[in-house]
Amino acid sequence: MRALLFDVTRCVGCGACVAACCEANGLPGPESTDLGPSRYTVVRKTTTPTGEVYYRRLCMHCLDPACASVCPIGALKKSASGPVVYDASVCMGCRYCLQACPFEIPRYEWNSRAPKLGKCSLCAGRLAKGKPTACAEVCPTGATIYGERTELLKEARARIAAEPDKYVHHVYGEREVGGTCVLFLSNVPFRRLGLPENLPLEPLPNYTGRALSQIPPLVGSAGILLAGLWWLTNRKQEVARAECVGRAGGNAA
Amino acid sequence: MIQRLFWRWLALAILAAGAYATVVRFAKGLGAATNLSDQMPWGLWVGFDVLCGVGLAAGGFTITTAVYILHLEKLRPIVRPAVLTAFLGYLLVILALVYDLGRPWNIWRATVMWNPRSVMFEVAWCVMLYTTVLAVEFSPLLFDKLGWWRASRVARAAIVPLTAAGFILSTLHQSSLGSLYLILPTKLHPLWYSPLLPWLFWFSAVAGGLAMVIFESGMSARAFGRALELDVLEKLARAMAVFVGLFVFLRWWDLLVRGHAAAALHVAGPGSLAVQLFWLEQALFLVPAGLALSARWRHNPQRLFALACTLVAGFLVHRLNVSTTALAAGSSYLPSWMEVAVTLMLVTLGVVAFRWAVRHLAVFPSPHRLKEEQPAQAVYA
Repeated sequence: MRALLFDVTRCVGCGACVAACCEANGLPGPESTDLGPSRYTVVRKTTTPTGEVYYRRLCMHCLDPACASVCPIGALKKSASGPVVYDASVCMGCRYCLQACPFEIPRYEWNSRAPKLGKCSLCAGRLAKGKPTACAEVCPTGATIYGERTELLKEARARIAAEPDKYVHHVYGEREVGGTCVLFLSNVPFRRLGLPENLPLEPLPNYTGRALSQIPPLVGSAGILLAGLWWLTNRKQEVARAECVGRAGGNAA
Repeated sequence: MIQRLFWRWLALAILAAGAYATVVRFAKGLGAATNLSDQMPWGLWVGFDVLCGVGLAAGGFTITTAVYILHLEKLRPIVRPAVLTAFLGYLLVILALVYDLGRPWNIWRATVMWNPRSVMFEVAWCVMLYTTVLAVEFSPLLFDKLGWWRASRVARAAIVPLTAAGFILSTLHQSSLGSLYLILPTKLHPLWYSPLLPWLFWFSAVAGGLAMVIFESGMSARAFGRALELDVLEKLARAMAVFVGLFVFLRWWDLLVRGHAAAALHVAGPGSLAVQLFWLEQALFLVPAGLALSARWRHNPQRLFALACTLVAGFLVHRLNVSTTALAAGSSYLPSWMEVAVTLMLVTLGVVAFRWAVRHLAVFPSPHRLKEEQPAQAVYA
């Protein structure tokens, strides 16, 4: 599983990653610090008591992504090598993915007649050719690095161990919603980076999966119940009718 | 006369506004017509037209099940209007989806590209199949009108298995509309997020669907000068109270188990909008259900009508809370006038279609016809 590690303490906010992302994906240049249907990643600034901090926003590429699980026609898919990719040609635009994403990443072309979703694809095309993501390739300070997820986790833990006073002792994305392919290291609370801190460690698709798994037994028991009730009430009617006819016959005799 | 003109002009005004909104929606996209955003991707069209529309059409499956499976012959006179409203309701839900989906021309793909992990996929299949069931259940009225007696007989012969299929399909998608929100454990307010959402949606749909049948009977009795089937509707009101009771019980049990009962009882901060909406919802469910237990209220047409309306309101508040106000980004959203116009237009189309059907098809059997059609055993039951 390929992944990215972003270390807030190494980011200088130069924006090279954003420019490279736009170039690699054929998007117009960045004109805002908000994600958009044609801005798959942005660099933002937050001011903390210890100074200014720059951080990136991009799709987290969850190991078990909520967006892909809710898509009724599988327009979003998790590939074995890591990227969560989107196929606009089959999308019907229900926007359940926008609703379900716990990181509020996907963006929609609201003003289009044939709207598409916009989000980072972890440069799936480049990955297939054995190249790193465009953002990791150009990062001059090594704030964004690319590699195998297990290796990056080791690296992240090593950095925390080497400078325990510098970092928050947590690799964000290691276990959140079952783990993500984009990992964050930070010296400020993760919520300052727009990363929710109240996420369960269980993959979100399990929540809907538990309800869906009740369906087959529910169908079976409802079928049996309905057949039983139909038979019972039908029998009751037949008995009532027979009794009525019998009584009428008795009177006649 | 003046009243009639007023309604006619109001309907025309709504249809004109809806037509304008339709042009904007399809010519310029969702952004131009709606107040939706990346944070609030679902608004009035999903929250009201789909979630409430499907729920309030539940009268179709509950009444058919009561008559054809449970042999409750007394409810037979309201089967046809209930099936008609459900059928029209589902057609309008599908029409609303054409407005709401960004790329509606891809809707058919749900039939060939399966993702069984998706609640939306399951809802899509059930709605498709159940709309077909409703079409067949409704078809004898059309066949009779056209004089296609054999087709009519075939459709009637299938009514028991169709009803069973309708019950199962409805149970699945009525509950799954609640399951849609299970994937939002951190985004939906804890007073509304619950692992029991599917069951809460099912119970509220049954209660709301029954209230809607009472409401429609009242409306059409007034509009067409029919006598109200009070002895039938009175029974529906009792059943409605039972299902509201189960809904409210589940709701509080769930809040207690998840440790949010205290929050509901004001600790969340007096004056908090969420708590106020929660209590509004509770009141609109409990007051009509409580009054429905009293025979005096059930047997009075005006009072019965009022409590059905109140319960429908409670149902709407609950569903709109789940789909808009209880979401973390909910405070950022109010529907645009064009969203409202399309919704009102769909409701108006439903009313117009219902009137047309009542005028031209045997929806409400005349007393004479009723006797002929009732099977012999009904006389003895």
